[in-house]
Amino acid sequence: MRLATAASEAYTTPLAVSELLGCKQCAAGRDQDEVPGRGAERAAGYPGGWAPRRAILQVGSEDAQMHALFADSFAALGRLDNITLVMVFHPQYLESFLKTQHYLLQMDGPLPLHYRHYIGIMAAARHQCSYLVNLHVNDFLHVGGDPKWLNGLENAPQKLQNLGELNKVLAHRPWLITKEHIEVSNEGLLKAEEHSWSLAELVHAVVLLTHYHSLASFTFGCGISPEIHCDGGHTFRPPSVSNYCICDITNGNHSVDEMQVNSAENVSVSDSFFEVEALMEKMRQLQECRDEEEASQEEMASRFEIEKRESMFVFSSDDEEVTPARDVSRHFEDTSYGYKDFSRHGMHVPTFRVQDYCWEDHGYSLVNRLYPDVGQLIDEKFHIAYNLTYNTMAMHKDVDTSMLRRAIWNYIHCMFGIRYDDYDYGEINQLLDRSFKVYIKTVVCTPEKVTKRMYDSFWRQFKHSEKVHVNLLLIEARMQAELLYALRAITRYMT
Amino acid sequence: MEKMSRVTTALGGSVLTGRTMHCHLDAPANAISVCRDAAQVVVAGRSIFKIYAIEEEQFVEKLNLRVGRKPSLNLSCADVVWHQMDENLLATAATNGVVVTWNLGRPSRNKQDQLFTEHKRTVNKVCFHPTEAHVLLSGSQDGFMKCFDLRRKDSVSTFSGQSESVRDVQFSIRDYFTFASTFENGNVQLWDIRRPDRCERMFTAHNGPVFCCDWHPEDRGWLATGGRDKMVKVWDMTTHRAKEMHCVQTIASVARVKWRPECRHHLATCSMMVDHNIYVWDVRRPFVPAAMFEEHRDVTTGIAWRHPHDPSFLLSGSKDSSLCQHLFRDASQPVERANPEGLCYGLFGDLAFAAKESLVAAESGRKPYTGDRRHPIFFKRKLDPAEPFAGLASSALSVFETEPGGSAMRWFVDTAERYALAGRPLAELCDHNAKVARELGRNQVAQTWTMLRTIYCSPGLLPTANLSHSVGKGGSCGLQLMNSFNLKDMAPGLGSETRLDRSKGDARSDTVLLDSSATLITNEDNEETEGSDVPADYLLGDVEGEDDELYLLDPEHTHPEEPECVLPQEAFPLRHEIVDTPPGPEHLQDKADSPHVSGSEADVASLAPMDSSFSLLSVSHALYDSRLPPDFFSVLVRDMLHFYAEQGDVQMAVSVLIVLGERVRKDIDEQTQEHWYTSYIDLLQRFRLWNVSNEVVKLSTSRAVSCLNQASTTLHVNCSHCKRPMSSRGWVCDRCHRCASMCAVCHHVVKGLFVWCQGCSHGGHLQHIMKWLEGSSHCPAGCGHLCEYS
Repeated sequence: MRLATAASEAYTTPLAVSELLGCKQCAAGRDQDEVPGRGAERAAGYPGGWAPRRAILQVGSEDAQMHALFADSFAALGRLDNITLVMVFHPQYLESFLKTQHYLLQMDGPLPLHYRHYIGIMAAARHQCSYLVNLHVNDFLHVGGDPKWLNGLENAPQKLQNLGELNKVLAHRPWLITKEHIEVSNEGLLKAEEHSWSLAELVHAVVLLTHYHSLASFTFGCGISPEIHCDGGHTFRPPSVSNYCICDITNGNHSVDEMQVNSAENVSVSDSFFEVEALMEKMRQLQECRDEEEASQEEMASRFEIEKRESMFVFSSDDEEVTPARDVSRHFEDTSYGYKDFSRHGMHVPTFRVQDYCWEDHGYSLVNRLYPDVGQLIDEKFHIAYNLTYNTMAMHKDVDTSMLRRAIWNYIHCMFGIRYDDYDYGEINQLLDRSFKVYIKTVVCTPEKVTKRMYDSFWRQFKHSEKVHVNLLLIEARMQAELLYALRAITRYMT
Repeated sequence: MEKMSRVTTALGGSVLTGRTMHCHLDAPANAISVCRDAAQVVVAGRSIFKIYAIEEEQFVEKLNLRVGRKPSLNLSCADVVWHQMDENLLATAATNGVVVTWNLGRPSRNKQDQLFTEHKRTVNKVCFHPTEAHVLLSGSQDGFMKCFDLRRKDSVSTFSGQSESVRDVQFSIRDYFTFASTFENGNVQLWDIRRPDRCERMFTAHNGPVFCCDWHPEDRGWLATGGRDKMVKVWDMTTHRAKEMHCVQTIASVARVKWRPECRHHLATCSMMVDHNIYVWDVRRPFVPAAMFEEHRDVTTGIAWRHPHDPSFLLSGSKDSSLCQHLFRDASQPVERANPEGLCYGLFGDLAFAAKESLVAAESGRKPYTGDRRHPIFFKRKLDPAEPFAGLASSALSVFETEPGGSAMRWFVDTAERYALAGRPLAELCDHNAKVARELGRNQVAQTWTMLRTIYCSPGLLPTANLSHSVGKGGSCGLQLMNSFNLKDMAPGLGSETRLDRSKGDARSDTVLLDSSATLITNEDNEETEGSDVPADYLLGDVEGEDDELYLLDPEHTHPEEPECVLPQEAFPLRHEIVDTPPGPEHLQDKADSPHVSGSEADVASLAPMDSSFSLLSVSHALYDSRLPPDFFSVLVRDMLHFYAEQGDVQMAVSVLIVLGERVRKDIDEQTQEHWYTSYIDLLQRFRLWNVSNEVVKLSTSRAVSCLNQASTTLHVNCSHCKRPMSSRGWVCDRCHRCASMCAVCHHVVKGLFVWCQGCSHGGHLQHIMKWLEGSSHCPAGCGHLCEYS
C-alpha cells in the first residue's frame, strides 16, 4: 500500500527525480538496514553499465515519454532499477519490456507469486548473476516466500527441484531438450503425482526461465551495477572502479583488465574510425553484389555449418576457471555443467530449421493457448527488438541497418543450431568481426565472463546507446532461441 | 475404420470412386495439390516431393521428383501448386526463397524446368493463374509478391506489400486481373495484376498474421481468410468497403482454408498448432463444425478438395507423414453428439427450456405438466430445402413462469435495498433488519434477527446476577468496569461523579445520560475500526441492568450517529481510501477480552475493604455469566447461517455475517465465507443492485472479495474531437491539445466526475449540473435541449 501511495505521488507532482529516487530508497529500504548517508554518495542514480557516466541519461533530464515510462515502472515495481535506467536508451523497447515483465511477475498466471520470483532466482543463478538474484530474493521474501528455500534448491519444494534440470539444460544447451524432459517419465516434469506441473504452469515457468537467462545476459553485457539497497550496492567505490559489476569484482578477474582497459582507450581514434567505414562499405557491397554471385546450394549449407562450428571456438582467451560468488552458488547443484565443456570438446549441435518451427507461427500459438496474452506480449517484444532502428551507425545517419541486425540475430541463432534456409551465412563473416563475435558469444553463452575490455574492444566508434541496442538484440534472440527449443519439446510432447 | 464406405460419383463423364484411406509418406508434408483430372496428388515437404495416383483402394506412388544425390534447399518445399489448366505443370516454393517450376512432360528423370531466385527470403506461397497458362504468382517472407511469366527468365512485375512477410496469395477465380494477398501484420490487400505500383484496396482482417485466404468458387466477391487469432472470416469484396459476412471461431490458429465445392456455405479448415483435426464448417453456423476428420496424429499442413465439383472427397497431408483421403460421409459430425437442449433460469424464477421441436412435442403429448403455468413459444426457422441440417434447425422454446406477475423475487430486492449492514450499533442494525424482514412478511428471518440481537446485545444475565449478589455495589462495579476499559479519555471526574450519584440510589436518569455520552465518545474514538460498538454494548449492559431499559435507551442512543446514516451512498466515491487488510482477529479478541481482565482488577481494588472472598465470588460469577452468551451461542449461530445458506437464502447468511462481524467470523472457515460473499454479490449484480453489491464488497473482510472493487478501476476515455484514446490524462488530449470535457456551467475543465445529458451531450461538474437543474431544466450550454438525467 505504501508503494501505491508513493506511486500516486509520483504521478501527481512533477517530481524532480532526485525526489523520486528518494522515494525509491525509502520504499526499497524495507528490507535493508541501509545507511542513508552512505547511499547518498550514489544518489545521483548512476545505474552502472559500462557506458561512462556522462553517456547515461541522468535521471531528471528525460523527456515526457521516458518520464511516463519511469513512472509506470516505479508504480509497478516500487523501484526504478538500474536495468530500466540503462534500457531507457530505447524507450520504445523498454515499454514493451516492462509490460511483459510486469505481466509475467505480477498479473494473472498459473504460478503463485513467490514461485515466479524463485524461478527468476534459479534462472539468474545459472549465470551467477548476483544482481538479479539479490533483486529477486528481496521480491521473493516480500511476496511471502519461505526464506528457507533460499538456502538452496534442495530446500525448495520437490516441484521446483524438478525444474532444476530443465533450467540447466535450457541455460546452456537448449538443443538437448527433448520431450523426455517434459514427458511423464522419471526425469520429466509432467509426472502424474502431486509435484507435477500442468502444461500451463510449465509454459509460464519456461517463459520466466528464458526471460531471466537472457536478462542475466543483459546485466553482464552492459555491466549493470547492483541496486543501491542490495549487498555491495551502497559501498562507495572510486569512479574508475565503479564501472564494474560487483560480480566481476568478486570473480577477481578485473584487476588484470584494469590496465588493459586504459590502454584500449588509447587506441588511435582514426584506427577505429576506419572500422566503421569498413563495415559500412561491406554492407554496401553485400547489398549490391548480392544477386551477382550466387553461391551454390552446397556452399550455402556448408557456410552455415562452418559458422556454427566456428562459433564454438570463438572464445576469449582468458576464460580461466571462475569460482562463483558464494551467495549465489547455493542455487545450483551442478556448477560444472556449463556451456564451456561442450564447446571445448566440439560437441555436435543438431540443426534446427526455423522454417519447420518458428516463433510467429508455432511458438506463439502454443504460448498463447497455454498462457493467454503472454504470447502477444512476447511477440511484440521480439518485433520491437528486431525492428528497432534509428538508421544511424556511429556518426553516420540514414543507414539501413537491417542487414547488420539480421546478421547479429541469425548469428546468435546459429550458435544455438537454428538455421534459416533463406539466409546466406557468409554475410555474418563479412559483417561481424572477431572481437564482436567474441563479445556476442560471451554475452549469450557465458555472460558471467564478460569483461569491460570485451565491451570496449568491439565497435569502438559506436555510441553506448548503440551497444545497448546490440545487447537488446542479443537477449531477445537468445530468449527466442531457448523458447523455440523448449516449446518444440512441449509441442512434441503434446502430439 | 469399419465405417468406411465406397462412394462413386459421376461428374460429367469422369467417375470418382474411392474410400477413406491413407498412406504413409517418408517425411512430413508441408503442402499438397491435386491435378486437374482428380486422379493424382502431389505432396511436398522439406524432404519429400512425390506424386501419388489416387486409386480406388489406395494411393500409389507414381513419381519421385526429388532426384539427384545431394539434397538441395531448392527442393525443400514450403508450398506446391498444380496448374489447373496444364496437367504437366507444377510450381513449388522453396524455403530458401527460390521458386521452381516443374514440367512433367520432360523426358529426363529431372523434371525441373525453371528456377527463379528473385526472392530474398522464404517463399510462403505460389499460385497459378486459374485460366492463363503462363502466369505464376509468388509471395515471400521479404514482403514482396512477384508475378512470373513462364516464357521469360525473370519476373514480370513485383508488388510490394509495404510490410514484412506475405503469407498467402490467391488469384481471384472470376476477376481475371485481381489477386488477394494476406500479410503477417493482419492486413489483406487486393491487387490488380496490371498495376504493380499500389494495391487497389487494403483492410485489416485479423489481429495477428493472416495465414491463408481462399476465394469462393462461385460467389464472385467472397473471400475467406484465416488467421493466427483463431478466426475464419468471410468477406464480401464487392461492396465499397470489405464487409465481414461471417466469422467462425476455431480452437487453434487457422493454417489453411478451402471452400467446399458445390456447397455454398461450407469451408474446410485445418490448424497450424495443437489441433490435428480438419473441420468443415457451415459459415452460418459458426459454433459447431458440420463435419470433422480426425485421422491425423499431427498437425495437418495441406488440404485440398479432390475435384472442383465434387463435395465429398477431401485430401490432406500432415506432419505425421501421412496422406489421407477423407470421405465426407465418414466424417464425424459433432452436431450429432451435441445436446440440442438448453435450460436457463431467469432472474425472477422463470425457467426457459429450448429443445428440438420433435422432442418437446413428444414429451408434452405424453404428460402434460400440472400446476405450472406454461407458455410455450415456438420459434421456427424458415426451412431451406437445400439445407442439409434443416431438420435440426427447428426448435421449440418453452418458458415456465413460477407465479404470475413475476414478483417472486421482489423480497430479495427489497431486502437488499433496505437492510442496514453497518454504520450503526449492532442492536440497532438487528432491530432495523428485523423490522424490514417483518414488513416483507418473512417472519422467520425477522425472528432470527431479533434473536441475534438478544444474544449479542443484551447480556441480561449479568446485571441480574450482580444485583442479586450485591445490590449496593452493582453500580460502582459496573462503573469501574467502564472506566477501566472504555472511557480512558473521559475526565476522571465524570466517573467519580456518577459513582457518587449512583451511590445515592437514584442513578437511573443519570446513567442514561452518561451512557449516551459515553457511547458517543467511544464511537468517535473508534470510528475507523470495525466493530467499534462492541465495547459500547458491554458498557450498556453493565451499567444498565434490565432488558427493557435498553429499548428505552435506543432513541437517544442513535442520536449522535444519525448523520452517518443519512449520508447517501455515492454511486462511486471519487477516491475511497485504500485500507490495509482489515484488523486481524487477535486485535478484536483483545477488545472482547479486556472487560473481564480489567473488570476483575477494578473490582478487587474497589472491594478491598469488604469481605474479599464474597465479593470476588460474586464478581467472578457475574463475569462468567456475561461471558457466556456470545461464545455459547456462536455454534448455534454458525449452524443457523449454514442453514440459511443451504436453503438458498445466501442473502441472510451474508447480511448476518457482515452485521455480526468478528463475533462469528472466526467460527466459519474462510472459504465458505468467500463462497457466500461471491454468490450474494453475483445475485445482487444480476438484479443490477450495483450500489448494494459494492457496499457488500466493501464491508466484506475476505481478502479475495474485498479486492473485487479494486481491480480494473481504470476508465478509458476517448477524446471527443479526434476520437483517439487519451492515454496520459483524462481531460487533455495529447494529439489535438484540447481539453476534452468542459463544464457547461463554469466553463472550466472537468477533472473528476463528469456528467452529461445523453440527448445533447452537454454536461459538466456533477455539482454544477445538479445545481443548475434545480433552477432550470434547459441545457446550461444554451442549446435549448431539455436535458434529462436519471
